[in-house]
Amino acid sequence: MAKKDFRLLQGNEAIVEGAIAAGCRFFAGYPITPATEIAEGMSVKMPAVDGTFVQMEDEIGSMGAIIGASLAGVKSMTATSGPGFSLMQENIGFACITEVPCVIANIMRGGPSTGLPTNPSQSDLMQARWGTHGDHPIIVLAPHSVEECFSVTVKAFNLSERYRVPVILTADEVVAHMREKVELPPVESLEIIDRVHPTVPPDWYIPYEDNSLGVPPMPAFGDGYRYHVTGLVHDVRGFPTSRPDEVDSLIRRLHRKIDKGLDYIQEGESFLMDDAEVAIIAYSSVARSAKQAAILARENGQKVGVFRPITLWPFMRKAIEEILKNVRAVIVPEMNMGQYSREVKRVDQGYARIITLNRVDGQVITPDDIIRKLKEIY
Amino acid sequence: MPEYTRLIHQYLRHDKKFPHVWCPGCGNGILLGSLIRAIHQTGFSKDDIVIVSGIGCSGRLPVYVDFNTLHTTHGRALTFATGVKLANPSLNVITIMGDGDSMAIGGNHFVHAARRNIDVTAIILNNSIYGMTGGQYSPTTPYGMRASTAVYNSIEQAFKISELAVTAGASFVGRQTVYNAKLLDSLIKKAILKRGFSVVEVITHCHTQYGRQNRLGSAVDMLKWQRDNAVPVEKAAKMTPEALKGKIITGILVDRDLPIYEEEYDKIRAKAKGLV
Repeated sequence: MAKKDFRLLQGNEAIVEGAIAAGCRFFAGYPITPATEIAEGMSVKMPAVDGTFVQMEDEIGSMGAIIGASLAGVKSMTATSGPGFSLMQENIGFACITEVPCVIANIMRGGPSTGLPTNPSQSDLMQARWGTHGDHPIIVLAPHSVEECFSVTVKAFNLSERYRVPVILTADEVVAHMREKVELPPVESLEIIDRVHPTVPPDWYIPYEDNSLGVPPMPAFGDGYRYHVTGLVHDVRGFPTSRPDEVDSLIRRLHRKIDKGLDYIQEGESFLMDDAEVAIIAYSSVARSAKQAAILARENGQKVGVFRPITLWPFMRKAIEEILKNVRAVIVPEMNMGQYSREVKRVDQGYARIITLNRVDGQVITPDDIIRKLKEIY
Repeated sequence: MPEYTRLIHQYLRHDKKFPHVWCPGCGNGILLGSLIRAIHQTGFSKDDIVIVSGIGCSGRLPVYVDFNTLHTTHGRALTFATGVKLANPSLNVITIMGDGDSMAIGGNHFVHAARRNIDVTAIILNNSIYGMTGGQYSPTTPYGMRASTAVYNSIEQAFKISELAVTAGASFVGRQTVYNAKLLDSLIKKAILKRGFSVVEVITHCHTQYGRQNRLGSAVDMLKWQRDNAVPVEKAAKMTPEALKGKIITGILVDRDLPIYEEEYDKIRAKAKGLV
């Protein structure tokens, strides 16, 4: 047995380790609290693994650079927080329509605007979903521990490569800045997915041709497959088009490839849910308080469980519908004014009572906060 | 087969994307010709060339050429080019931008790409106007000229693109008019072959918008204006500032050897691995 790799890591540091394990070899970023440690870590580690770190002039440039690097065949990522995430949105849309794999870590702090730079928040949930313009599906993943900062980052790269989409990795400041003992798995034990490369001769290559997965193979610039990449709506050959049938089929394929992959993309954790009468639905650091609250509630004979979506988007409709059908009430604690709870309410057909718990004072939601809410039910 | 037909077949997506979107008489077509002649002369393989553009009339150029082509967002071509080049330094990356694209919305990226001295060639089509959106004034519209958002007249000072590039730290900066197409060929070739950030400012005309709104005549009249007002940099050195007023100084403005980002980053890799 090889010696186990135990480390005391910060969430942001684990994201760096996860990215490198997943094969990321290009990072472009701009300093911003509370995500800066990711850039700092990348500046140390990237050159040591023959990768590249570049500090760009702003987040717009960071996003452009990682898309460029990915088109040149290198797995790439950037990291930021709310204000920088806003600057990235236009180019995130470019990655959506051109189907360029890349990963964007958004470490959530309080907003709007400069807001509360050093305090946690979960208020970018909707920015992650709808930040860029136009109709587009998006994958957003949320780790809740340092260990998951590693594994979910690997998953983010895998999904981005498999579906040729930008993937948003989002954690609140608490998860990004806390330190925990973690065991890093050997890289050989990880499932690493790489984008599918075309096997046809270059003359036969049709860059955006549909297939069973809805994800066309992708060559790297320089591979001999000279093709055109444009943010304009394009036909299967990659050339601009405004022909209604071609426009329609591109936009629908972009959605279909994610819709068809929901079972693969969506992941959540059920904690003490088997006999639960009340479910707490929480993500990122709040899920940690929720688990503690469930344990304490059960000491009082209250059958409380926790469902924690790791995949925030696409919304885990099926799993949450199932929960709503099987419990009396659901509590959705969030460090925002109710961004996820609104989605839960949208799928609720009168199945269960939905109680919101919102903190927007820059402070964490504690187990006590949740216990107090439980009194409204019991 | 005549030479130009051979080049068309070799380098243009002639059977796919033509006719092009540019107005009859536009200077962008002259630049397109210069670009493929220059690339042909460098002898690089088509597979190793990446053409990156932003948005606007200039942004449409890559779709016509048979290289790895990337049509990005407005002003951001150099950021995408930075990623492509750093991820695979063996590629030859050329960006095509307009004056609004590179100087207004993309001005920040331009000065920083020059400062980093990344080995990318930036070709800027300067026609003094936002053409595609219908003739609004740009950062290079001269003071006093008219545009659809300056119907009384423009009160802003025009950016000097090449001089900015020199100050920002580019290795190579040159300016040429589309009238002098042969000289433009050789300038672009030199810029592509130069290691480090190289800038070619291409003075062109937009008779459809800028020319019409300012009553400057047809495309031919505007080309003649370029002919009559271009002054080679060697000749300009002997002229007084008064005599140079309103003239276009053409030729190589700077050609110097400065540290190149990719080469410097290789040293960082060696340090990170404990090799030095």
